[in-house]
Amino acid sequence: MRIDATGLDHRTLNEQIKTAIAAGETEFDLANVCGTRYIGCGIDQEVDIRIEGIPGNDLAAFMSGPRIHCSGSVQDSVANTMNGGLVVVPGHAGDVLGYSMRGGRVYVRENAGYRIGIHMKSYLNQEPTIIIGGRAKDFAGEYMAGGKLIILGLDTPSGEPLAGRYCGSGMHGGAMYVRGEVPEAHIGKGVSVEEITAEDQEMLRATLKPYCEALGLGVEEIMGAPFQKLRATSTRPHGQLYAY
Amino acid sequence: MHRLPDFKIPAACGTAGILDRTGRRFNSEDVVRAMSVMRERGNGLGAGFVVYGIYPEHAEEYALHIMAMDQAGLDRLREYLPTALEVVHDEEIPTRPTPTIHDEPVLWRFFVRVPEKRLVGVEPRDERDYLVSTIMFINQEVEGAYVASSGKNMGVFKGVGYPEPIAEFYRLEEYLGHLWVSHTRFPTNTGGWWGGAHPFDVLEWSIVHNGELSSYGVNKRYVESNGYPCTLFTDSEVISYMFDLLCRRHKLSIEMACLAMACPEWEDIDREPDLTRKHLLTLMRQTYAGALLNGPFAVIAGYDGGMVGFCDRLKLRPLAAAIKGDRSYLASEEAAIWAVDGEPEESWPIDAGKPVVFTLEEEKVASLAHSC
Repeated sequence: MRIDATGLDHRTLNEQIKTAIAAGETEFDLANVCGTRYIGCGIDQEVDIRIEGIPGNDLAAFMSGPRIHCSGSVQDSVANTMNGGLVVVPGHAGDVLGYSMRGGRVYVRENAGYRIGIHMKSYLNQEPTIIIGGRAKDFAGEYMAGGKLIILGLDTPSGEPLAGRYCGSGMHGGAMYVRGEVPEAHIGKGVSVEEITAEDQEMLRATLKPYCEALGLGVEEIMGAPFQKLRATSTRPHGQLYAY
Repeated sequence: MHRLPDFKIPAACGTAGILDRTGRRFNSEDVVRAMSVMRERGNGLGAGFVVYGIYPEHAEEYALHIMAMDQAGLDRLREYLPTALEVVHDEEIPTRPTPTIHDEPVLWRFFVRVPEKRLVGVEPRDERDYLVSTIMFINQEVEGAYVASSGKNMGVFKGVGYPEPIAEFYRLEEYLGHLWVSHTRFPTNTGGWWGGAHPFDVLEWSIVHNGELSSYGVNKRYVESNGYPCTLFTDSEVISYMFDLLCRRHKLSIEMACLAMACPEWEDIDREPDLTRKHLLTLMRQTYAGALLNGPFAVIAGYDGGMVGFCDRLKLRPLAAAIKGDRSYLASEEAAIWAVDGEPEESWPIDAGKPVVFTLEEEKVASLAHSC
């Protein structure tokens, strides 16, 4: 189903999609999208949504199932509290990507902004994954409680940090995998930097395979460079905070 | 016009700026289109526009855009103004009845010069200092009259409403300028009233602001002790005063002024490997402690030579920059930029604390200066 988003507010657009899904539609092409917020918000069916243009904030918020393919870059708060499904971004992403994400996958080809993956969490077989092809800015993985945040630095110029300041600050679960190094000064308190194990290596290859397929990249080429693993040293970093 | 409503609504704000670097002038339609995309960022309690290059026939005079609470306020100003300034021309700011816009103030513009005799015995002999003190006097002492803008060949048009009806109300499609900056407001800590809508302006410096200044007390003391009393019931006004103080009076470059306002944290200064830069940053923090803006903000400032966008050091509010053809853009959301002229050639969210400056091309600036 093709929907011309010109002049449609987010309520109307999402209602059209939801009504069509209820009638059995599984494929959507949204044309002329320019800043419409909340696309795919709360949809819990495994449908495909292709977006042509630039979607607005909170794309895929609370979403649990759809596969969203964007045509270029996205703005802020994409995959906010997303529960399942897929978001593919061939361009860059803004700030607060995957905030409180609790399942599903977000694939970004280029750079991501500030506060990506903050407080993402996992539960039983729900494990959110964010993969960034470029670099991330400050507060990546802040308060991270679960899931995987992978930063590849594919076209990142040397000298530009793969993650900004306060990386993983307050982290108490999950893991970040960085293809290269994050400057020591940027690593948050209570975060350890480790070499990856053979098991990690296998997991990364398997996790990156669909990312590479979605974005036309070579998985072996990416796996050819060394990764580091950032993990919380404590599951309760602030356990003593109010103890005095 | 009422001064302040007695209710309070929390949340965001939207900003956009469009500069034609060659100085080619265009009307309000593009910037209105950009603002329309960000409707959710405002709540109708304030919107405004600043446009540069609109009064070529009065390019040598300062254009005072006045908001008077009522006719009596304007009358008081009319009585005072000729005692302080030479009024070359004055007229009502044209408006049209617009359904959602009401309770508007009396809107008037005066094109003024600073009389030579006013500067006798004044050191340094800068008419702009005199003008600033006159504007501050009006805002403080001429009851019911406020100066919304005071630069040359530019003007601020603002009020309570969404951007589209405010543009319609002021008939902005009839104006041509090379730089338009706009704001839609979602007031947080202060109420929405006509004088509290953005942009805020003093002389050539206009600013729109998304965020709130947790350092407001310090900043207010700093600008007030330098001759800029805050009268508009909002934190944002200090930023325009800051630009005038830092760029015009202290002769800092735009980049240095932004550095003073968003200087790196001490922790980052401690880690700075370049000792010259470390020394500079230390001096900036020490010298300009009162100018440091804290709390979440994204600001677009317009001035005679172009526009600058910058965010707080933790990037707690969004701002994106883009370039397409002769135009440079700044906006809270990239989609606002796309809305004007499709996908830009280059588009990027700007970095925390690092100003992005877009300037008129040199030869154009020179020819503008020549024509003044």
